[in-house]
Amino acid sequence: MPQSTTAKIQQLIDQKKHLSGALLPILHNIQDQYGYIPKLALPLIAKTLQQTEAEIYGVISFYAHFRLQPTGKHIVEICRGEACQAMGSKQLEQAVKEQLAIDYGQTTQDNSITLEPVYCVGNCACAPSIKVADKVYGRMTAEKFAHLNDQLSTYTVNLTEQANEEQVMEQRK
Amino acid sequence: MTINVYIPRDTTAVAMGADDVIKALKFQTQLFHLPENKELNIIRNGSRGLFYLEPLIEVETAQGRIAYGPVTVDDVSSLLEQGMLHGKTDHPLCLGLTDKIPYLAKQQRLTFARAGIIDPVNIDDYIAHHGFKGLTKALTLSPQQLVDTVKDSGLRGRGGAAFPTGIKWQTVLDEKKNEKIDANEKSTQKYIICNADEGDSGTFADRLLMEADPFSLIEGMIIAGLAVGATQGFIYLRSEYPQAKIILEQAIALAYENNYLGQNIQDSKQQFELELRIGAGAYICGEETSLLESLEGKRGLVRAKPPLPAIEGLFGQPTVVNNVISLATVPTILAKGSDYYQNFGLGRSRGTLPFQLAGNIKQGGLVELAFGCSLSELVTDFGGGCYSGKPIKAIQVGGPLGAYLPKAQWQTPLDYEAFAGIDAVLGHGGIVVFDDSVDMAQQARFAMEFCTIESCGKCTPCRIGAVRGVETIDKIIAADNAEQNLDLLHDLCDTMVDGSLCAMGGMTPFPVRSVIKHFSDDLMPTAQQQGEK
Ligand SMILES: Cc1cc2nc3c(=O)[nH]c(=O)nc-3n(C[C@H](O)[C@H](O)[C@H](O)COP(=O)(O)O)c2cc1C
Ligand code: SF4
Ligand code: FES
Repeated sequence: MPQSTTAKIQQLIDQKKHLSGALLPILHNIQDQYGYIPKLALPLIAKTLQQTEAEIYGVISFYAHFRLQPTGKHIVEICRGEACQAMGSKQLEQAVKEQLAIDYGQTTQDNSITLEPVYCVGNCACAPSIKVADKVYGRMTAEKFAHLNDQLSTYTVNLTEQANEEQVMEQRK
Repeated sequence: MTINVYIPRDTTAVAMGADDVIKALKFQTQLFHLPENKELNIIRNGSRGLFYLEPLIEVETAQGRIAYGPVTVDDVSSLLEQGMLHGKTDHPLCLGLTDKIPYLAKQQRLTFARAGIIDPVNIDDYIAHHGFKGLTKALTLSPQQLVDTVKDSGLRGRGGAAFPTGIKWQTVLDEKKNEKIDANEKSTQKYIICNADEGDSGTFADRLLMEADPFSLIEGMIIAGLAVGATQGFIYLRSEYPQAKIILEQAIALAYENNYLGQNIQDSKQQFELELRIGAGAYICGEETSLLESLEGKRGLVRAKPPLPAIEGLFGQPTVVNNVISLATVPTILAKGSDYYQNFGLGRSRGTLPFQLAGNIKQGGLVELAFGCSLSELVTDFGGGCYSGKPIKAIQVGGPLGAYLPKAQWQTPLDYEAFAGIDAVLGHGGIVVFDDSVDMAQQARFAMEFCTIESCGKCTPCRIGAVRGVETIDKIIAADNAEQNLDLLHDLCDTMVDGSLCAMGGMTPFPVRSVIKHFSDDLMPTAQQQGEK
């Protein structure tokens, strides 16, 4: 396995290495592919950019976005910014943690959700906000989250869409 | 015949269900409601910025666009039954002509003139709405004339520090002016960097603009390049804005295809290249020197100034770093003239600012107005008071490093100098409203906590000071030697203000001190209040 992974990661590095200040684009490229930065990427990046592994590690650890560990299937981020606080994000945060039985930085037992804090997702006019992968949800409540959590842990994306259409059909009746 | 229906792809519109509404609309029109010989054309525009109405559906009619909102999936069938696609106005969600909605009609849209009107990734639509007029004009002017135009407009940076944009550009223009391009071509390279890190909570103007009208930002950056002699630009976009990323990528590609970017812009022999770079979840990387480090592929440690980035910036070269709104305003200034722009505003704050109404507010959204109106006008006339229906207790202006203002200060005119006069900042224009359930002691604590999380760690007053700040506020809240600890907190704030290398540590005391000064009841309940608890 490592053989092919190594080759693949090297390829991801090579796609970006020509850029000036290439390190962040390289790290993004790898994380977008794997969901995290596999440890074996560090010596490859270091060698390509002629830096030390410690330097690469230092950069990765500086940025909240980059991670060296795999996550659950979905990353759920709860906004801790002030606009969301003003709309009860602290209570929401508490409720979500209780529902999932995890704290920030942890993953649910079924490996479905990793919970992270985020400081503003730009949805401050319709707070409180959470973000699941690339999708933001506004006016979030504990009840809405419970529903979303069900969907995240059981349905696949396609099934969700189908469910929506069924809902529409239902309404037409 | 096609019926044009606009439903935004803006992050907030989608967060409030725009995609689901579209699914329902498509599905139901397929089955039933479409009039004969008519075709539905759904255009994914940006948002008008009236976020309390999202998802907002607009239907194009001969009279103009008719708006319906906020629409949920459940509303779609009744909207169709009541003739939404013919622009009928009977449905309770119908808002009439979009342009006549008071929230929008009362604004002075200069920078956001096109927001929500055009398809953000349709370059012809942009051109049809006066796009690239500023650039066309710019191509007829000399670099010095361009810099002078921006100087005369009175534009000051919208990222927070409010530094005059024209003066910054002059510095970069004057650098390396007389150095000949030699074998080492690098030595005369200059850069334009767009700061799209928009880290301040309670702000979304940059995001809205990039998702609604990305070409205006691109056009502004090209003009900046022509003005200072820079051929390479970067947009540093925060990773928390995936939708803006997709839209910017498309817009940049289109600008290249249509010869607005590249080696010979519109056959003018002028060159400008533009690249999108993504941040990685560090608030401090919005600070311009930290941003430069990050772009260079390093940890985002703040650099000591001098040297200014304008003199030694990216890779040591002269660099303009400007906020999204500053740059996106430049095309309007060029197209309409510096006089036109500087006629708006108050005192030394010229032009308009996109205020962002957020938090516990009934009608949240973007309100672009000339400087000079008051907070209470904004939060009552536009905002409609608290979402919760309770009284407003505090308003934080200018992001997490901005002060919390009590009612007595809500009449202060919104301009840079007036706000400085009350130890507050306008910053990037974020306005976060809190109702009377807020515990201001917790807000002061959060300001310090945020600093512990986001400090780059380079200097002690910030790195250690913020940690001590949290501990000290906790003691005050617990009534543990509250008086002495309050004195200690004051000292700590002084140390952070005086000793920090950048405004992260240097301004965290702003919100903290505002709580001490204006909301001391929450921080140190009197004996009587404690008895009541
Ligand atoms: C902690 C900190 C965070 C900042 N974040 C941002 C930001 O997210 N966006 C921004 O445009 N400016 C930000 N700034 C201000 C920048 O340092 C810089 O002044 C600005 O980008 C210059 O552009 P302007 O003159 O157009 O405002 C921040 C400053 C500090 C100290
Ligand atoms: S004040 Fe804080 S963020 Fe700014 S340089 Fe010092 S440690 Fe870094
Ligand atoms: S503060 Fe939560 S989305 Fe901006």
